[in-house]
Amino acid sequence: MDAKKVLIKEEYDIVIARSLVKSMAKELGFGIVAQTKIATAVSELARNITTHAKEGAIEIREVHGEDGGKEGLEIIASDHGPGIANIAQAMKDGYTSGGGLGLGLGGTKRLMDEFEIKSVVDSGTMVRVRKWM
Amino acid sequence: MLEQDRIPILKIEDFLVASIQVALHDQLAMQFQTDLLNKITMTKAKGLIIDITAIDVVDSFITRILVEIASMANLMGSDTVLVGMQPEVAITLAEFGMELTGIDTALNLEQGLVLLRNSAERNVGDGCQKGTHQRRI
Repeated sequence: MDAKKVLIKEEYDIVIARSLVKSMAKELGFGIVAQTKIATAVSELARNITTHAKEGAIEIREVHGEDGGKEGLEIIASDHGPGIANIAQAMKDGYTSGGGLGLGLGGTKRLMDEFEIKSVVDSGTMVRVRKWM
Repeated sequence: MLEQDRIPILKIEDFLVASIQVALHDQLAMQFQTDLLNKITMTKAKGLIIDITAIDVVDSFITRILVEIASMANLMGSDTVLVGMQPEVAITLAEFGMELTGIDTALNLEQGLVLLRNSAERNVGDGCQKGTHQRRI
């Protein structure tokens, strides 16, 4: 399956990104519950981009385990926004700087199997998540 | 915003029913909130049913909009029942940790109507205001 990239510039791009990831997850063979979890996670990551960084990108690609056996989907959300000064605080439920529920990052981590975040203040943020089949 | 982009709100008995069939975005969500509150005033509706059968992804943004609607409707004396949540959406919401504070839920439209009818009758019997109870998922 080819990797795909969606530029996130406006609200409607969030819908495009989550529809695309859902159809890719379905094509790979994920069940409906996993498809919904992945699509919800992408929706949160994409909304973080429009809320905090104005624009960025969501990249989606198929990944394989080190032994080559397992298959999964990897999503990378990246932006050149303001960055996150305190990642531990941003991961906590109830913390919000954007008027949301303050569950975005913590909840996204719970929905996925792997979660990695890198952020540099005034430079940008990268979140990489993976879900295995 | 184009008229066809608005979410239609129907009246059944003393209640309002709105079925969300499209992806909610900021502007549509705000228009929906305003339309619902105006309609509650116009029709003196005793309850509100929001149908999300067609919604395949409920993220924290949509959750916030729904909780806000229920809170506003509650201030106007109207209960809110969310119906038609897909099983995979319920699983995702629970795992994510999102709470639908102040919103009752029912399996489908029919059961949502039963819930509102019972609630309206109970409130008449007690002689008290509606919408004072809260349930969390």
